[in-house]
Amino acid sequence: MAFWIASSPHNHIQKSTSSLMRLVILAAFPGVLAQWYFFGWGNLIHICIAMITAILCEFIILSLRDKKISEQLFDGSALLTALLIGVCLPALAPWWISVIGTIFAIAIAKHLYGGLGHNPFNPAMAGYVMLLISFPLQMTTWQPPLSLMEMELNFSNTLTTIFTGFTLDGYSVEQLRTTIDGVTMATPLDTLKTSITMGLTITEATQSAVFGEHFALGWEWINLAFLLGGLYLISQKAIAWQTPVSFLFSLFLCSFIAYSINPDSSASTMFHWFSGATMLGAFFILTDPVTGATSVKGRVVIGLLAGLLVYLIRAFGGYPDGVAFAVLLCNMSAPLIDQYTRPRTYGHSKESS
Amino acid sequence: MESIINRINQQKFWSFHGGVHPPEQKAITNQKPIKTLSLPDQLIIPLQQHIGRQGDLLVKVGDHVLKGQPLTQSANPMAVPIHAPTSGKVADIKHSVIAHPSGFTELCIFLEVDHQDTWVKRTPCNDITRLSNQEIIQKIADAGIAGMGGAGFPTHIKVNTKPDINFLIINAAECEPYITADDLLMCEHSESIVDGIKILDQLLSPAFILIGIEDNKPKAIDALKKATAEIEKIHVCVLPTKYPTGGEKQLIQLLTGKEIKSGNLPIKEGIIMQNVATCFAISEAVIHDTPLLQRVVTVTGQALEKPQNVWALLGTPIHYLLNQCGFDNKGMEKTPVIMGGPMMGFSLPTDTVPVVKTTNCILAPSYKEMPSAFEGSSAEVECIRCGQCADVCPTNLLPQELQWSAKAKDYPQLKKLNLSDCIDCGACAYVCPSHIPLVQYYRVAKAEIRQQQQQEIKAEKAKARFEARKQRLEKEKIARELKHKKAAEARKAAMNKSTPEAAEAKSAVAAALARVKAKKAASQKSSENTASTQASEETTIQDNKKAQVAAAIARAKAKKQEKIAPQESSSSAENESVKDDKKAKIAAAVAKAKAKKEQNKAAESEPEQAKASTSADKKANAIAKAKAKALAKKTASNNSDDSSKEQKAPLDKEAKKAAAIAKAKAKAKAKALAKKDKASDVKNNSQDDSQISNDNDNQDISQTGTPDKVKDSSDKDTKKAAIIAKAKAKAKALAKKQLASESASEESQMIEQQKGAK
Ligand code: SF4
Ligand code: SF4
Repeated sequence: MAFWIASSPHNHIQKSTSSLMRLVILAAFPGVLAQWYFFGWGNLIHICIAMITAILCEFIILSLRDKKISEQLFDGSALLTALLIGVCLPALAPWWISVIGTIFAIAIAKHLYGGLGHNPFNPAMAGYVMLLISFPLQMTTWQPPLSLMEMELNFSNTLTTIFTGFTLDGYSVEQLRTTIDGVTMATPLDTLKTSITMGLTITEATQSAVFGEHFALGWEWINLAFLLGGLYLISQKAIAWQTPVSFLFSLFLCSFIAYSINPDSSASTMFHWFSGATMLGAFFILTDPVTGATSVKGRVVIGLLAGLLVYLIRAFGGYPDGVAFAVLLCNMSAPLIDQYTRPRTYGHSKESS
Repeated sequence: MESIINRINQQKFWSFHGGVHPPEQKAITNQKPIKTLSLPDQLIIPLQQHIGRQGDLLVKVGDHVLKGQPLTQSANPMAVPIHAPTSGKVADIKHSVIAHPSGFTELCIFLEVDHQDTWVKRTPCNDITRLSNQEIIQKIADAGIAGMGGAGFPTHIKVNTKPDINFLIINAAECEPYITADDLLMCEHSESIVDGIKILDQLLSPAFILIGIEDNKPKAIDALKKATAEIEKIHVCVLPTKYPTGGEKQLIQLLTGKEIKSGNLPIKEGIIMQNVATCFAISEAVIHDTPLLQRVVTVTGQALEKPQNVWALLGTPIHYLLNQCGFDNKGMEKTPVIMGGPMMGFSLPTDTVPVVKTTNCILAPSYKEMPSAFEGSSAEVECIRCGQCADVCPTNLLPQELQWSAKAKDYPQLKKLNLSDCIDCGACAYVCPSHIPLVQYYRVAKAEIRQQQQQEIKAEKAKARFEARKQRLEKEKIARELKHKKAAEARKAAMNKSTPEAAEAKSAVAAALARVKAKKAASQKSSENTASTQASEETTIQDNKKAQVAAAIARAKAKKQEKIAPQESSSSAENESVKDDKKAKIAAAVAKAKAKKEQNKAAESEPEQAKASTSADKKANAIAKAKAKALAKKTASNNSDDSSKEQKAPLDKEAKKAAAIAKAKAKAKAKALAKKDKASDVKNNSQDDSQISNDNDNQDISQTGTPDKVKDSSDKDTKKAAIIAKAKAKAKALAKKQLASESASEESQMIEQQKGAK
């Protein structure tokens, strides 16, 4: 009797790449929900647009590249990219922003570099940065939290705003962004930056309504939700813990040093942790295995570097939030870091390894 | 070392990097006792069941053998004998598929079991302390014990070492899922195992004996602790369950905190590791004089109705074991049957594969419990660099980078990434979410690297051989030239004073030289033949043929020369007329050169004949050709030596020149002939045949013709000259022979090299 021949190991942990991706998408849910709660339907609509675009785009490119469509189309990586893009965009950005961003992310940042596993840059962040540079106006029309808005923004209003630029009642995005007291709103990070450049101290700047009673109205809860999701991922061993831990530590350290030196013009450590895209970046973007470092040491180094970069960009750069740029810069340095953080192989002395 | 023991006493251990926790599945079999099976009807016993060499057969087809009777033996220390596991008749000795990942066939003895189970005479030994170490080692060697944990390294070699051993580690970890063979052996035969450990203790006298066992075998731990309670030296070390704790290097690291340097054996650190089953076999062999005939095999998996540990005779075909345990593969499209565990075992090609000394488990999984065993590499997708493989690698390698380099066949990079340190444990492939069969890639790459290395070594050897040969040929050439020079000088000296005495002396020298040359050629030829060991018999025959042909041609040439000598001018004219024919031309040129040389001799030894045509010939030759002129001048010079002494000085010079030219020509001719011989050998064998017969005829004539001519001159000197000519011709023939054989061996070597390069 002849038997079926296979190669060892015959057993497998029975995890797969797609299930890993699905898990990450699942873990992002609390954050997305928090976002919905504080900012309305905008981001959810963008996520949907981005996902549809991503699937279509992926399908076309996979068929052009003669790949196994059925397996790779739903491996979840494209959906995850779309999700991240959708989460990052300003809620009331026009629809074509997410379409262009997603196409760029999938077609250029991912597939032109060889597809999943070969892309040097995180596709979502590459797409986001491309949008930020190409469409600065649309990309900075941040919507204030619902509680601060003059007008009620329901689902249909959001939908028409995204697709036509006006609500059902004919208000424009600009009008929507104007709060009760007639001030155009920006993100807390934005506000902080402009206030500090205007010569205000942190305490004065944080008087602004966007900061709420803690660090940043709405944002703090979103960040907390992403942190929760991230912790879940770590507990599931879906992502490596070293990157987020070292990233948060590094960001904490930088802001702490700056804060202790100059508390008047430096935001608090917790403000840095719980505003902007800090937690999203820490647990969902930096941990993207494809574009990160592979060794344990390498991951730690990447995290430290990213924390430093985020702080530097936030404090001194031209953009209010630096997570996207920091991630791309880390992606660039990942191969080099990998090269120099090879672990010592068993039985090899330090020098020879 | 004390600190190590202190830590061990506190049951604190080190740890190794990575590791995985695959489902253990040991409960399937670890509650049932080891079952003794009824005898199968046929055993298939491979001659080689271990690392090393196979022994020489002691039995032949039709022999009746008794249980425990050795079937092979060998003086080689790396050979381990095998024994008849039960009594019966040797039905056949032929190649059969053996337990090997690649489904190799090996020579196997097919034993027809007679169901009598008659033992050979045994001499049990009750007091091992009376035995010397050498006796014990001999007993272990005779019992055919090879490491029963995995690789199957001959045990008697492992235990036969210098006495400087710090740790004897008994590997009882059995970290592979499913396998419980060692577990049950420890539960049921802990006393025997401890006896075996005592024997090892006596042999190696280690400072400490550590038994490494995973904490998922509580019964075995109890049994061992009880059995070793009063031996202080032995420490039972209970380790946390993690795969691959049972790996040699991992276990050493866990117990002693030491790392074995890459490429070294543990013995260098004063550590020796033995498997528990090996200990049991040692005690059986030394105390009960029972060779290794059977072993515990875990037959498990959900495709079986009655999975169980069994005592399986070596050579039991797998289908027998599967049947005994209720193997049911109905409704299964594919049936993987794995020898060894799910992590490192290999799937078997057929069910006739026999149990061997290293077989610890037969695993027949169902699809539900182990889908990946059925899928092969079909589920593979792109690596996402998640690094999980690197996290679990016990050797701390970077499996994903290894995988890329292996796919790209970047062998230098693989070496840099220390592929050779990979222990094939499979942990990386086990966790890879992209289902990449990493270990498979490494295996292929390792095999290719090994092949490449072997080829490099081969090429290196061939190169060295070639260089040596070139050097030798160079040396010979120089020696030859030196000899030629000497001969030429001698000739010159003789020419300068061609008195009868001088001529006599010269001819004597020439004859001696010819003899020496002939001898040397002969000896060289023989040495050439013995030296070129690779040359097959065929080429030797070819060499002989070639040499014969060459000799025949040479003889013919010699004859021609003698004919041409007296009528040199006419022959040169003739030669010019047959220019069109290329072959004829070459032949003529050769003949001419020879003739000239011959003429020299004729001139020296036959002054009368030369004198007859002195002036006329001189002029004719001068007109005909420059070479001929030179020769004629030489003739003249010889003559003038006799007649006019005033002309001696300038003519002497010319004579020298002529001699040099003649020498060079002779050399060139020899070369050309060698080439021509080779070419004609290859191109037209049939022509060669006819040529041989012609040559033979010619030779007859020449032999009979020579004395006639000699008679004409009826001079002493002439006779001598003829003899010299013959001797030279012979020498030349021999030289050619040698050349021919050399070219043949060169050819064969080239072929060899090409083969090697391929
Ligand atoms: S576990 Fe598999 S997918 Fe992950 S890095 Fe290793 S090889 Fe790549
Ligand atoms: S098979 Fe080799 S590379 Fe993979 S985990 Fe084991 S030792 Fe490491």
